Amino acid sequence: MSALVRCAARPSGGTVDGMIEVHRLTKRYGRTTAVDDLTFTVHPGQVTGFLGPNGAGKSTALRLILGLIEPTGGTATVGGRPFRERPRGLRHVGALLDAGDVHGGRSGRAHLWALARGNALPRGRVDAVLEEVGLAGAAGRRIAGYSLGMKQRLGIAAALLGDPPVLLFDEPLNGLDPEGVRWVRGLFRRLAAEGRTVFVSSHLMSEMEHTADRLVVIGRGRLIAAETVTEFAARGAGPDGARPGASVRTTEPGALADVLTAAGAAVAPGDGEGALVVTGLDAARIGALALDHRIPLLELTARTASLEEAFMALTADRVDHPAGGAR
Amino acid sequence: MTTSTTTGSTATGSAATGAATDPRPRFGDLLAAEWIRFRSLRPMPWVLGAGALVLVAVNLNAARYTYQHTGPDGPPPGSGYVGVAVNVSFTGMSANLLMLLAGGVGAAVIVGEYTTGMIRTTFAAVPDRRAVLLAKAGVLAVVMLGFGVLVSGVSFGLAQALLGRRHAGVSLADPGVLHAVAGAAALAPVCALIGFGLGTLVRHAAASVVTTVLVLFLLPASFNEDHRWSAAIAHAMPFTAWRRLAEADPTHVLQPPYPATVTGSWLAFAGWAVASVLAAAAVAHRRDV
Repeated sequence: MSALVRCAARPSGGTVDGMIEVHRLTKRYGRTTAVDDLTFTVHPGQVTGFLGPNGAGKSTALRLILGLIEPTGGTATVGGRPFRERPRGLRHVGALLDAGDVHGGRSGRAHLWALARGNALPRGRVDAVLEEVGLAGAAGRRIAGYSLGMKQRLGIAAALLGDPPVLLFDEPLNGLDPEGVRWVRGLFRRLAAEGRTVFVSSHLMSEMEHTADRLVVIGRGRLIAAETVTEFAARGAGPDGARPGASVRTTEPGALADVLTAAGAAVAPGDGEGALVVTGLDAARIGALALDHRIPLLELTARTASLEEAFMALTADRVDHPAGGAR
Repeated sequence: MTTSTTTGSTATGSAATGAATDPRPRFGDLLAAEWIRFRSLRPMPWVLGAGALVLVAVNLNAARYTYQHTGPDGPPPGSGYVGVAVNVSFTGMSANLLMLLAGGVGAAVIVGEYTTGMIRTTFAAVPDRRAVLLAKAGVLAVVMLGFGVLVSGVSFGLAQALLGRRHAGVSLADPGVLHAVAGAAALAPVCALIGFGLGTLVRHAAASVVTTVLVLFLLPASFNEDHRWSAAIAHAMPFTAWRRLAEADPTHVLQPPYPATVTGSWLAFAGWAVASVLAAAAVAHRRDV
C-alpha cells in the first residue's frame, strides 16, 4: 500500500533507477539474426523513440529487455538489473508490447484487476488507470468486442497500473484515432516530465517527430543511430544523409538553371513562375553563384531535410522487405 | 470516448517512485490473481455447471437401473451388494467423462494464455514464471477438487438415497466406501493438472486436447496386467488407479495376478499431479514467449 502513497515530486532524471542499458545484445533464430550486437542506453526524464523499418528487430529488442526471450548474447538491464530477476514487474516496468496480447474472453476490468492483484496493487489503481485512458465506460465489456484503439488504451492502462519508473510501448499509436494519437503524445510527454523513462517504438518517423527527445534507430537488427532528434535531423543535410537543397525563384530561370547545373546541382522546375527546386547545393552557395552571374533572385529558401528524409536515407539499405524489390 | 488530461495526476504519480518501495512478493497474491483470471472467463462456470449435471445424471441413471432390478426385500445375502452400490454411484462411464472434461479445462486454462498472447502480458507483469505456473496450477487444482467433491458426493448421496429404499445402500462409514468416493473426487484435479501440463508443453488448443486424450485413455490401454512390469505401469495410470480406488469390496471381484493397491493408486494420482505441474513450470521457465 505504501508504494502507492504519493510522495512529493522527486528531482527528475539522472537516477539509475529508470535507466535501460542494452549491451551487445544479440538474438539469433537459426540462421536469422533478429537483433545484432545492439548497444544503447535509454535515459529517464525523456521520451526516446525506437525507430526502424518493419522487421528491423524492434519488437525482439523490447522482448529481450523484458526478459520474455533469452538473448543469444549480450545483456539488457533496467535499473541496473535484468528485468527477469524481479519477482514482480509492474512497479518497475510498464509495457505495452502488442495490444492483442490479452484474453478476449475477459472484461477489461477483470484483466487489469488480475494484473494488479498479482503485483499487490490496490483495486483503486484499476479504476484510476481505466479513467486515465478513457475506458471506464467499457470496462465491464468483453475485450473481444473492443476495437484496436480500445485495446491500445487497455494496454496503456495496464502499463500504467504499477506507476512504474520505466515504460515501454511497441507501436502504441496503431489503431488510434487522431484524438487518441494526440492524447497518447501528451501522455508520453507528461510521463517523461515526471522523470520516467519512456521508450516508444515506431516504424514511422513522423510519429516520433514531435514526441521524442532522443532516438534509437535500428535496421536489420543493427544500431544505426542513437542521438537527439535534432542531431538526427541534421544528418538529413549532412554528407551521409540526403543531399542538401533549396527552393529558389528568379526572373531568369533558364540562365540560373544552367549555372547551377554547371556547378553540379540537379535542378527541377518548381511551383509557380520562375521557381526551381535545387538539390546538391546549399542555399548559401546558390546565392553566391547567382550574385556572380548577376541573376536576380526573388526568393531563396533552404530546404532543411525533414526527419522523415533522414530516416529514409539512413534506413533505405537496411530494409528487409522493400516494396517492388527484386523478385 | 473522451479522455481527460486532468485525471492524469491521480493515475500516475508526480515522480517515478515505484522501484524504491517494492513490497515483499507473496505467493498468495498470485493465487488471488489466478483465481480472478479463472472465474472471469465467461464459459468456465457454464462448462463446469453443465458438466456436473451430466455426470450426476449418468450416475443416477445407473443407480436407477440397480434400484429397478433389486427386489423390495433387498439384495440376496453374499451377493456383494456393497461393490455394486459403490460402482453405480460413480460409474466408469462418468469417470471417463470426468477425465475428458477435467483434462480439457486444465489444458484450456494455459493454452488460452499462449494462443492469445496473454502469456506475454502475464510474464511481463510477473517475471517469476515458475511462481505464475504454480499459482495457476494451484487454483486449477482447488477448483477441480471442489468440482470433483461436489460431483462425487452428490452422485453418492443420491444413489444411496435411492438404493436405501431397497435396503441396498451403503454409507461412507462402510469399509472401502470412503476411498471410492474420495478417489472419484480426486480424479478431477489430477486429470486437470495433466491437461494443464500437456497444454503447457504443446501450447496449441486442438493438439493439446488430442495429446491429453492419448495420455489419459490410449496409454492405459497399451499395458495389460499379465506381467509384473506391465501391471505396474498400468496401475500407475490415472484411470486404472481410479478403478482400484472405486473397488470398495474386492472380495467379490476376480483379481488379476498382480493386483493394484489402494496406496499405490493414491501415489499414482499424486505422481501425475506433481510431475505435470513441475514439467509445466520447468518448460515455461526456460522457453521464449
